[in-house]
Amino acid sequence: MREYFELFWTFAKIGGVTFGGGYAMLPILQRECVDKRGWATEEELTDYFAIGQCTPGIIAVNVSTFIGNKRKGILGGIIATVGFTFFPIVLLSLVAAGLGYLLTYPIVQSAFGGVRVCVCVLILNAVLRLWKKSVLDKRTLAIFLAIFLLSVFGGLLPVSISPAVYVVAAALAGLALAPGAKKEDKR
Amino acid sequence: MTAYFLTLLRLFYEFAKVGLFAIGGGLATLPFLYDMADTIGWFTAADVANMIAVSESTPGALGINMATYAGYITAGVPGGIVATLGLISPSILVILIIARMLGKFKDSPLVQKGLYGLRPASVALVAAAGVSVAEVTLVSLPSIEAGAWSSAVIWPAVALGVVIFAAQRKFPKIHPVAFIVFAGVVGAVFRFPA
Repeated sequence: MREYFELFWTFAKIGGVTFGGGYAMLPILQRECVDKRGWATEEELTDYFAIGQCTPGIIAVNVSTFIGNKRKGILGGIIATVGFTFFPIVLLSLVAAGLGYLLTYPIVQSAFGGVRVCVCVLILNAVLRLWKKSVLDKRTLAIFLAIFLLSVFGGLLPVSISPAVYVVAAALAGLALAPGAKKEDKR
Repeated sequence: MTAYFLTLLRLFYEFAKVGLFAIGGGLATLPFLYDMADTIGWFTAADVANMIAVSESTPGALGINMATYAGYITAGVPGGIVATLGLISPSILVILIIARMLGKFKDSPLVQKGLYGLRPASVALVAAAGVSVAEVTLVSLPSIEAGAWSSAVIWPAVALGVVIFAAQRKFPKIHPVAFIVFAGVVGAVFRFPA
């Protein structure tokens, strides 16, 4: 019982400080789930984000379900995900109830300007950490660069491509390019 | 009472559809939300635009925020909860199934090779998300568009970023949330651009 509550509360905290979309949860996830509790490894987090990108729904939700499920099975997955939505539901209910004007105060807006700076830095550090485990050689570097550039400059392309497409393409590239480390697959 | 119950059911169903078909994160929910504004009228297209702005300055994913907001204005607090649960239900189901399969086939060479390609892609997408936050935070796009290069970079924001970066390297034990709070206070005191 206590473990379920810990799962709920940990993800509630993560949901409460995830400013700026699902990816911004990554630094907090690393801290809470990898460093502090050992609920997942760095590689697993990366996998969850990639898979969450090409499966239905919001990435943050998908990643929460993955980790909760790994920790405590199906119920764990559900509890972690519901936990993640806890503070957003409370806050957005307040906004919908008419407190949204508070967010338009200049001082509040300035505070969020500062928070976004921090989010940039936290994401940068999270990327540097994951880099070591993911960009292993020239081939993985090429995949990284291709998708990074396509995502950043995607607005300049004549058609808009969903990130899900990039992820599927990267998985296929992995199948084609991965060094045949395991010899038994040549049977 | 029955009418209210039916509204809740409808909220769950409509947002479950969004959760099932929006692939690729919060922004992927946008077309569905605009469509909902057009066809059902629980909220307007202007509401959706406002919600993007609100979501940028509140925690949580855009889709969750939108579901809570729409649910609340349609059917009060239970509405907000039901709509959000609707949104996340399909994802939970799909991920639980995938997690099961991933556990089973984790060691197969095929899955290993797929993950070899997926991981750098995942990191690239996170990095790109960081760039898009940086674009609205560290540089002033209106100034760049106007060719005013001298005011293109928001120096106080860059300075704060450098300080936080150095501090996080030097004191890795400090919780990221402490930096978020610190940055919020600095932003408020020094009147950062919103």
